[in-house]
Amino acid sequence: MIQVRNLTFEYATDQPVFHNFNWSINKGEAWTILGPSGCGKSTLLYLIAGLRQALSGEILVDGERLMRPRPQSGLIIQDYGLLPWATVKDNVRLGLDIRRFYGPDGKHAPVEAKVNDADVSFWMEKLGLKEQAEKFPGQISGGQRQRCAIARTLVLQPDLLLMDEPFSSLDAPTRESLQNLMIELWQQHNLTMITVTHLIEEAAILGQKILLLNEPPNVTANVIENTSFDKPNVRSDPEYLHLCQILREKMSK
Amino acid sequence: MRAKAVLLALVLLLLLWQVLAWIVNLAILPSPWEVGQTLIRELGRDLPGHFLASFWRVFASTLLAIIFASPLGLMLGQSKPLNHFFAPVIYLLYPIPKVVLLPIVVLFLGIGDVSKIFMIFLILFFQILVLVRDQAANLRPELIQSVRSLGAGRRALFRYVYFPASIPAILTALRQSVGTAVAVLYVAELFATQKGLGYYIYLKGSNLFDYPAMYAGVVAMSILGFGLYFVVDWLERKLCPWQFAR
Repeated sequence: MIQVRNLTFEYATDQPVFHNFNWSINKGEAWTILGPSGCGKSTLLYLIAGLRQALSGEILVDGERLMRPRPQSGLIIQDYGLLPWATVKDNVRLGLDIRRFYGPDGKHAPVEAKVNDADVSFWMEKLGLKEQAEKFPGQISGGQRQRCAIARTLVLQPDLLLMDEPFSSLDAPTRESLQNLMIELWQQHNLTMITVTHLIEEAAILGQKILLLNEPPNVTANVIENTSFDKPNVRSDPEYLHLCQILREKMSK
Repeated sequence: MRAKAVLLALVLLLLLWQVLAWIVNLAILPSPWEVGQTLIRELGRDLPGHFLASFWRVFASTLLAIIFASPLGLMLGQSKPLNHFFAPVIYLLYPIPKVVLLPIVVLFLGIGDVSKIFMIFLILFFQILVLVRDQAANLRPELIQSVRSLGAGRRALFRYVYFPASIPAILTALRQSVGTAVAVLYVAELFATQKGLGYYIYLKGSNLFDYPAMYAGVVAMSILGFGLYFVVDWLERKLCPWQFAR
């Protein structure tokens, strides 16, 4: 699904965040990218989202070289990115409005895209936003805002879901319920999912495989298989707790 | 604000005026009752014509200022290099009290409506330009990126992000400068014209010594200012409901 080939990226000259970096992801996998702040994990996600361009090397998504944001990729960010002046409902349908605005041109919207307003109700219902439909983002809780952002992204039926610290500013119970929800949605909708996080527990919950990044430059992909992924009652599973311990040690190195 | 409270404040101010008129007891301070009667009488004469002339000048200049300043503000707010280039120019021009340019504007544009409309336009133009520019420049990059990730290019960003973001800025600019605009209109209408509330007030007070009528003109001008403020308030509630939602 995604091939990162010989990727080099830098913000300042001669201080590469990635240097000849290679990494690949198969369709339908759930990945997390874990690392301390400044390691380049968000940068990698934005590169895959097509919102940043590599200095050299290339990123292939579905076999095609990425030059701009791909209409089939969805991005969810930490501060939700909702329009403050639009209601929850209008925020959820924003992506559809944008597709209608351009038409199915293959650049801003997939060629085969159908714009269906019934999907808006479906996703609002699914994410428990029905009651909030006419409210503004300023009137709802952080968890509800992030649900709104998730609905807005999934309404576009993405095949690749990218999340940048999606639940980091939420309280623990809300965070856990949204993590469970994402696993559920990932299974039901056959998504490929990449979550960037600095939280060890989140990385171990949301990732079948974990890409561990460290102080830049990142040269080789350090991948950890998560055998506890998607187990029932995973949060108290010994395998999960053991993995968290390993990640903690690796991160403090 | 509740209409009741505003009404109560109005009654209090009128009472204060009445008391002052009693104390001062001079022709140059007629009572609100007398002024009210004169106002009604003058409404049957030439006051409405003057009111409409003033209203038209404010309305036309406001519309022109919005049409010219908002796209320019959006452009500057979106483009860092463009803003870097123009910011010093705006920095120099923005604080100039535009009213001192009036004699020059009259020299170039003549004594007709155009010079008066242009004066008010100048005031509103800079206010809207600066506020819309800052609003657009201060949109969080995360917001822009997340909307881009939904497929938005430049045109859709303009339609769904920059344009709606500029509306509150325009209304704030109007709210801040409507008072100044009416004040400058008054000054502008003192110059060689025979239409407008400024001319009316000047004529009644300084030439005809008809003080109640002069006061009626002042009240009419206040109503114009308050009316504009009220419209901006109403538009804000209509167009920006999210700012009032709790």
